[in-house]
Amino acid sequence: MAVKTLIEAIRDALFEEMRRDPTVIVLGEDVGYRGGVFRATEGLIQEFGEERVIDTPLAESAIVGVAIGAAVNGFRPVAEIQFADFIAPAIDQIANEAARLRYRSAGEWWCPLVIRAPFGGGVHGGLYHSQSVEAYFTHVPGLKVVVPSDPYDAKGLLKAAIRDDDPVLFFEHKKAYRLVKGEVPDGDYVVPIGPAKVARPGRHLTVIAYGLMTTYALEAADKAAAEGIDVEVVDLRTLYPPDKKTILNSVKKTSRALVVYEDNLTGGFGAEIAAIIAEEAFPYLDAPVMRLAGPDVPAIPYATPLEEAFMVNPEKILAKIRQLAAY
Amino acid sequence: MAVKVVMPQLGESVAEGTIVRWIKRVGERVEKYEPLLEVMTDKVNAEVPSPAAGILREILVPEGETVPVGRELAVIAEAEAEVEVAAPAPAGEAPARPETTEAAEGVRQRYSPVVRRLAQEYGIDLSQVPGTGLGGRVTKEDVLRYVAERERAAAAKGAPPPPRPEAPPAPAPEEEVIPVSPMRRQIAQHMVRSYQTIPHAWLAMEADVTKLVRFREAIKAEFRRREGVDLTYLPFVVKAAVEALKEFPVLNAVWAEDKIILKKRINVGIAVALEDGLIVPVIKDADQKSIAGLARAIADLTERARAGRLTLEDVQGGTFTVNNTGALGSVISRPIINEPQVAILTSEAIVRRPVVVDDAIAIRAVMFLCLSFDHRVIDGLMAARFLQAVKRRLEAVDENTSVY
Repeated sequence: MAVKTLIEAIRDALFEEMRRDPTVIVLGEDVGYRGGVFRATEGLIQEFGEERVIDTPLAESAIVGVAIGAAVNGFRPVAEIQFADFIAPAIDQIANEAARLRYRSAGEWWCPLVIRAPFGGGVHGGLYHSQSVEAYFTHVPGLKVVVPSDPYDAKGLLKAAIRDDDPVLFFEHKKAYRLVKGEVPDGDYVVPIGPAKVARPGRHLTVIAYGLMTTYALEAADKAAAEGIDVEVVDLRTLYPPDKKTILNSVKKTSRALVVYEDNLTGGFGAEIAAIIAEEAFPYLDAPVMRLAGPDVPAIPYATPLEEAFMVNPEKILAKIRQLAAY
Repeated sequence: MAVKVVMPQLGESVAEGTIVRWIKRVGERVEKYEPLLEVMTDKVNAEVPSPAAGILREILVPEGETVPVGRELAVIAEAEAEVEVAAPAPAGEAPARPETTEAAEGVRQRYSPVVRRLAQEYGIDLSQVPGTGLGGRVTKEDVLRYVAERERAAAAKGAPPPPRPEAPPAPAPEEEVIPVSPMRRQIAQHMVRSYQTIPHAWLAMEADVTKLVRFREAIKAEFRRREGVDLTYLPFVVKAAVEALKEFPVLNAVWAEDKIILKKRINVGIAVALEDGLIVPVIKDADQKSIAGLARAIADLTERARAGRLTLEDVQGGTFTVNNTGALGSVISRPIINEPQVAILTSEAIVRRPVVVDDAIAIRAVMFLCLSFDHRVIDGLMAARFLQAVKRRLEAVDENTSVY
């Protein structure tokens, strides 16, 4: 099996799905001749042409609006928002149109749409190229929100998203793009949307994470193991709808939970996970449910020391693991 | 002052870079911002400017190598007459213990939901349980440890739970205490974990290996002369098992709670009995080996196991285990699975027995094949098909079989 980066896995999924199904189209800023600013769509336009790989104007609302129109007319569009930070103008289209199309038409219409967007900091992207925006969308029933953390899942989940008949927000951590590598089988396989996975089994406490934070949590767990703390890491993979069963099973076993997310602490998606645990696993808890997240500031700063202060990293996770284990 | 040159971040999402070329050589003078080396990433090629003026004292990463962002690449000596000064050893860092923010007082008596629940379940007076948590708080682990100790004590005495013994009881005159060796302890832990976590199910089948016995008798002297190792029955069994694993890959797997991970490589562990323990070295990629190759690998691993010269690499990565219990004279056994593998196969002693063949009684060489399997992963049907496949292959060995 070939070892690939996360972005190569995503590119593989796009190529394979476009070859498999002629109704799959890709649209977004610079996705065509430029191949995407991160090279996720490189080579697509050469193979599939301008009719299926569409360079759009810098207008996110239009990108998603056009994609919704195509979706209800029989296409399976994969719209790219160049940076998740720029998704705000499209929220009306996503939340008010795409998310409720099936509901408001009582199942007569639906919207097989994927919106891919690179998110996350730690790459010196400054205020407009670093944010985590998943919590805007995990609040909207009718959407599915997916964040892969490793290349295998990235390919399989993107395929599942493209084949899904309802809108899927697919967030890719841009620092993970080339940092995270793993074995990716050639050819077709699907990782279903929904189930979380136990990325590392452990006995003493559970760390729940997604995206780059899963990679960091696994790193921290390895270090904790050297100190005799056996950490279980649950990788959510799909944020919404959340896989309560896997989360609760793990916490019932370990009795201690730490939720890690890069987004701002207050109202971040991890807050919802913490609430689920507190509400549904209360009789099993041996310590308070803890959260580790970015601070509540308006954006990730550009200055290196400030960015480092903002970002959750393996050292910060390890310190929190020690604190939770000692409780 | 020495200045370090590190691999720069050449663009968002770029995590590593490859050194294309060092523009400066060691000992050469370099000005600040003067190109020092050329780096390639999957997005860009770039020249890296020197962060300081001075002499390029050391190149730490050669051309052609790929390293992560932030890795030290070179050292530049700023002053020409730099004197090597031994850096003072870093002061012993205090272990980063979490700060106790809560007052310890009162915490001991504050019990978490799970601790209360367990206390109720087991009928425990929590004030009797020693606490190891924050400020002496009683944790779940403390309760479980207390329960386990109480049960152990009760089982030993056959009496209601006594107060916790302060020290292990001194041996009586008619008893002898044997200290547990590290290997013994590890075997014990591994066996308990395997037996407690894996629901073991067991199957046995009888194989008629008369032709195999005849074949081996015919070639073993020649084999010994040519190969320098004995040809036992074990490589035949391993070969049959490996081929059957190819047919039923789900037995070459690991149970991982929410999924079953099939292993592409077939690495067969061979249980080797030692006087004071047991070790399971692994034949890597056993499916790539002939019977002769397996015989050599087994001889090598067994010899090194007995001499205590196995490396860590030799005992890791097993995906399936074969245990040659027949060598000990056993005719039937029920092995414990080598967790986290899915199954373990024994090859039992070959015995000559009267057997019904067609409508006559014949003397045949027969052996039992026993299989313990993880019933979470497979059911009897799959296990039986696998064992049938092993049996079929062993029974098919005859004078036309090639050991190469």
